[in-house]
Amino acid sequence: MSCFDQPPILHVQPNEVDMSSPLMYGTPSSRVEGTPRSGVRGTPARQRPDLGSVRKAPQVDLHSDTDGAVASEPNAGQRLVIWGTDVNVGTCKEKFQRFLQRFTDPNSTEDENAGLDLNEPLYMQKLEEISVVGDPVLNVNCRHVQSFDAELYRQLICYPQEVIPTFDMAVNELFFERFPDSILEYQIQVRPYNALKTRNMRSLNPEDIDQLITISGMVIRTSQLIPEMQEGFFQCQVCAYSTRVEVDRGRIAEPAVCRNCNNTHSLALVHNRSVFSDKQMIKVQESPEDMPAGQTPHTTVVYAHNDLVDKVQPGDRVNITGIYRAVPMRVNPRQNNVKSVYKTHIDAIHFRKTDEKRLHGLDEEAEQKLFTEDRVQTLKELAAKPDVYERLSSALAPSIYEHEDIKKGILLQLFGGTRKDFSQTGRGNFRAEVNILLCGDPGTSKSQLLQYVYNLVPRGQYTSGKGSSAVGLTAYVMKDPETRQLVLQTGALVLSDNGICCIDEFDKMSDNTRSVLHEVMEQQTLSIAKAGIICQLNARTAVLAAANPVESQWNPKKTTIENIQLPHTLLSRFDLIFLMLDPQDEAYDRRLAHHLVSLYYQSEEQMEEEFLDMAVLKDYIAYARTYISPRLSEEASQALIEAYVDMRKIGSGRGMVSAYPRQLESLIRLAEAHAKVRFSEKVESIDVEEAKRLHREALKQSATDPRTGFVDISILTTGMSATARKRKEEVAQALKKLIQAKGKTPAMKYQQLLDDLRGQSETAITKELFDEALRALADEDYLTVTGKTVRLLA
Amino acid sequence: DLCTHIHTDNPHSETFTELCLLDVLAASQNNSNSGWETKAVEFFQDQLKERDTHTLVPSLNDVPLHYLKPNSLVKFRCLIQDMFDPEFYMGVYETVDPSTKTKMLRCGKYKDVTECGVDFNSRNTVTAERQTFYCVPIPGENPWVKEISSSCLTEARVVPSTSYAPSRQKRSYEEDDDMDTQPQKQREPHAGMKIPSEHHGNGDCKRQETEAPSSQTASASHLDLNFPLPGEKGPSCLVKVYEDWDRFKLNDTLEVYGILSVSPALSALADEKDASSSLLDPAESMETAEEQRVHSPPASLVPRLHMLHAKPLPHNNPLLPSAALEDNSAFLSSTLSEMASVREEILSYFTHVLLGDALAAEYLILHLISNVYSRRDVLPLGKFTLNLSGCPTVASYTERFYQIIQQLVPSSHYLAMSLQNMNQMRLVPKKDYVANRLVSGALQLARNTSLFLDETQLEQGQLDTTGVRNVTALGNLISWQKVDYDFNYHQMEFPCNINVLIASEGRSLLPSDCQIHLQPQVAPSHLEESLSSIHMHPQASSQLNKFRIYLSMARLLDYSISDEVTKSVEDDFVDMRKDDPQSISAEDLHRMLVVARLLSLSLGQTSLSRDSWLRAKHIEMLRRSRMEQHKCVNGNEP
Repeated sequence: MSCFDQPPILHVQPNEVDMSSPLMYGTPSSRVEGTPRSGVRGTPARQRPDLGSVRKAPQVDLHSDTDGAVASEPNAGQRLVIWGTDVNVGTCKEKFQRFLQRFTDPNSTEDENAGLDLNEPLYMQKLEEISVVGDPVLNVNCRHVQSFDAELYRQLICYPQEVIPTFDMAVNELFFERFPDSILEYQIQVRPYNALKTRNMRSLNPEDIDQLITISGMVIRTSQLIPEMQEGFFQCQVCAYSTRVEVDRGRIAEPAVCRNCNNTHSLALVHNRSVFSDKQMIKVQESPEDMPAGQTPHTTVVYAHNDLVDKVQPGDRVNITGIYRAVPMRVNPRQNNVKSVYKTHIDAIHFRKTDEKRLHGLDEEAEQKLFTEDRVQTLKELAAKPDVYERLSSALAPSIYEHEDIKKGILLQLFGGTRKDFSQTGRGNFRAEVNILLCGDPGTSKSQLLQYVYNLVPRGQYTSGKGSSAVGLTAYVMKDPETRQLVLQTGALVLSDNGICCIDEFDKMSDNTRSVLHEVMEQQTLSIAKAGIICQLNARTAVLAAANPVESQWNPKKTTIENIQLPHTLLSRFDLIFLMLDPQDEAYDRRLAHHLVSLYYQSEEQMEEEFLDMAVLKDYIAYARTYISPRLSEEASQALIEAYVDMRKIGSGRGMVSAYPRQLESLIRLAEAHAKVRFSEKVESIDVEEAKRLHREALKQSATDPRTGFVDISILTTGMSATARKRKEEVAQALKKLIQAKGKTPAMKYQQLLDDLRGQSETAITKELFDEALRALADEDYLTVTGKTVRLLA
Repeated sequence: DLCTHIHTDNPHSETFTELCLLDVLAASQNNSNSGWETKAVEFFQDQLKERDTHTLVPSLNDVPLHYLKPNSLVKFRCLIQDMFDPEFYMGVYETVDPSTKTKMLRCGKYKDVTECGVDFNSRNTVTAERQTFYCVPIPGENPWVKEISSSCLTEARVVPSTSYAPSRQKRSYEEDDDMDTQPQKQREPHAGMKIPSEHHGNGDCKRQETEAPSSQTASASHLDLNFPLPGEKGPSCLVKVYEDWDRFKLNDTLEVYGILSVSPALSALADEKDASSSLLDPAESMETAEEQRVHSPPASLVPRLHMLHAKPLPHNNPLLPSAALEDNSAFLSSTLSEMASVREEILSYFTHVLLGDALAAEYLILHLISNVYSRRDVLPLGKFTLNLSGCPTVASYTERFYQIIQQLVPSSHYLAMSLQNMNQMRLVPKKDYVANRLVSGALQLARNTSLFLDETQLEQGQLDTTGVRNVTALGNLISWQKVDYDFNYHQMEFPCNINVLIASEGRSLLPSDCQIHLQPQVAPSHLEESLSSIHMHPQASSQLNKFRIYLSMARLLDYSISDEVTKSVEDDFVDMRKDDPQSISAEDLHRMLVVARLLSLSLGQTSLSRDSWLRAKHIEMLRRSRMEQHKCVNGNEP
């Protein structure tokens, strides 16, 4: 192998150096095959390729004159530091042990700490856990280290390669002191995470090299597993003397001379006795949220070692903590000048998947957006303003004119209700998302509103009913061309989990596609049974849909259902249905004209002043969604009950049911969302008032029976207004009578029958009405219709 | 040889390019932190600002690569097609002379390859960061632009007859472009002078004969240079950016001034890696061969350009002064005063082209000068997509029509919307994670490119998934002036500013801002005759140039509406609604405001006058009544 062409590197026998040095930590010869497999000495250490080759770094005495002299006695005093750093092993170890023994985090909200006593030292409890479970990995939150000892934190960030082994040593000493009898597979490894150094891939720069960093991103490619030699086993072909050579800076130097028989070039590598570690290359791309507009995302190479291999899959969003490396391009002895570019990568120490929780449905917004204190202050000031609701709604899509109530509805949708979990009582999750349907004439900027919302929310998806199939909305199974592995690709609805799914041209969607929405819009889950994969994904998405009337113009003489021809089962799942119609009124026209003209000549700065910044709006919503979860106050509950009872009463006078529990649920969600807008933890009666008002407005628009002029909820819930149903029944009865009057005629002509009925009836009988009546009678098994003939049954 | 020829011929040019270079090179030798670098860069920028200095710098667009001197100053008019990851390089490094053991500090900036004997363990090494952009010539740049900009250059420096720019070769580029867009039988008369055997890979042949190494030509053939449009030619370039790379955006058009680096060592490194086994270094084997090829292609094919200065291009019309309009008030006022008269000429020309339909010609002018000048939240303002329906399907009318447009706008592209094209073409750029690059698509176009969609080519049939996606992408482009690039795991939205013109028989299936139905005044039997007369018109090049300047200028003008006019527009709207609310919707007002804006600009007026508003209203009314009429004739029209 050509990598052994290098001039041989003198191999230092490990036992020539003091064994207790942290730098010697983990050398293979420290593996004692002895019987008592406990205690620091008894447990084998495992190499940490994630830290690179560290063992060769000598310690230096700061006060010694000869620079770079190797100190053979590490315990000589405080003056010793590791070469190239200001880290003193002893102090560092002591500090870290103190941290482990003392650090408590009473206000911890991390779910990893669930079940731990927050008032006791956190990491001691974790050590105890290790002794029970036997998984020798200790994850340490860097922020804890920072709050405990800023100096230690600084050293950890700047010299991770030296400090982490010291931590390892410290924790192992402490552990085996505490739990002398526990048996671990190998020594405990410390894995720091959440280093505050870097958050964004874009901000990595040469100063970060060899430092501990945390970046977030999305995994786009993972390589096959690569066995990397950690230790080569060589055997002399002449005298069978064997020797081991460790990897040093990515190379293994072949011993040129046998130390036993002094023959040159007699040593051969024995593969199956060499030690390999697992390695994997992972490509990570910047998260789309972190990107400035108009640029392409950056990618970074990450190496995962040992048990971190195969921890992440393409498509995962991860926070990676690791050491940033820059390696010069390989020097070729045959070539004199080289490319002056370095290769960079990150040696991963810790992965944290940020979207993991989405599948388990434990908590929302795993990647909590960080708000600076100033920002929070601004947001709170804004929230305290009495007209914050109006301000925010007018800041929404300022280029779209008026439609105040629709904007308010969408605003409430952006905030969403409070998520409630009733799974214990068997009710399952309670939908917190508000679904909205916009119907109206073409060209009333519905699409524009949808585009705006899609651009506003971080997890927005935009699909058009025309182009999307059921598969595009839900999920599909794809075979990865490289690995031949089946991969579940998620569609728009799953992708917009915790966000808003905007569906344009809702009416153009095929029935098949629409049917998947039934489950999503109430249960908030998506069931998939495909290619052997059966699973239920969370799709806690709010749906904002837009539909055009079937006829090109909205027909005011028809009900909503008749106009858009959507199944009422689906319509009833929308909390708010708005009509976007052209109001025909002079004052409105004038304001509209003014608005539009100013759109075309005002400079952008002028426009900015008038409205709230889109960025502020985004932050405001994100903050409220993350931190505010209002609960109903007693007073509000009463108001809601009253509102519901009132709604039921309205209809009962006319013998109709006018409200269902679904409407009550909608009211609750809207009230909660309105409380969120105010940053209030309590739903109060003003919230209920607004919810009622908005709900009523929407109903007034969408559920008014054009025949009677009354608001009739059954138009939306059963697809037909009560009067229409009554009318249908009457016609059917009249028809039946007519047929019976004709006596014993087994078959009749369709047209004849229609004419007869028309002649008999006082009111106009449309063909549709007649057909419906026939169908009703057919349902009764009274007759059948075949083509143009109507046949009586028995 | 030739390089020295060019330089010695014109003393000024020589001193300029040589001097700068010497400056940099000298400075890099005795690297000290005295800020030599900022000084040198400033010197360049000052020099380039001076009138006409920039014309002395040879351009990669015009001069074949092998005629350019390595490590000299060149310029490149290009579009940022892809942005690679930032790279760390040795900003300062130390070399050790193997014989004398003397150490020397060297500067790695503006260079790809180090000097001999780098000491990797030196403590003096300074790591610095730079960004790499993959740049391609502006997609769809029309032959006349190339011709004029290269002739500016040659005039400036009086190139001897043995010059590098044989006009024959130039011509053949153009022919190749035409080839893609017009069927064989439609060859223009002026194209007759081409030599039939010439047009296939002519550029490549030329290159091969001067670039000796045969190994590279092999790799060149399968290296995809990733041009957005099919059939494009020209060098692509890896531009290394040292400062403020955040100010550049994808699809920006720039004129980059930088140091050309074509070191053969670069390709040698790449070759060697291919040859040697990947076992060599696990760290390097991670990079797939594919990625290697894309990120370090042979320098002879994709030269490296180390940026010293970049000038954003608001337009790529070589006939306009490159300085901002405000700075050039003489030019501005002279053109402004002429605009109305030029408009008359261009209107009559277009009327002729559009078979005598003056109204359609009017709208065509408005369309050609439209421009997305601002965005209000998601709404792009100023776009004016025109759907020209009722195009004759005989005599390749649409292709001929496109050729006229091609003669007038700096960049354009003809996209035949045939089923096959829609189902197979890649319109939307897609990230290729294996090669780690953005694979370009036909919709990755520079600002103000004219995209001509020929829907008359569309026949009945099945659109597959790609087809549906492509049609959706075109729809999004027209409605929102944005393209959602496909990043596999997510989409990313890139705003664009493309003038879309749809030629169709009936109303287009794509959305449009404005539809006008062509009413030819020419009998179908005379169509052929009339069409050929357009082309026979020997449009004097001065006339053409006038039109070219006119169309580009109108787009660059400012525009405002005074309060009084605002008021009267409002009144008008209210009145119209009062009479018949159905007659005008908010959308109609949107369109009328755009029409009024474009109409004013087309007349060289920078603010809306009452007259222009009335005129806009008038032509809108004419257009709408024509549509009504048309609807009555074919009742089945939606």
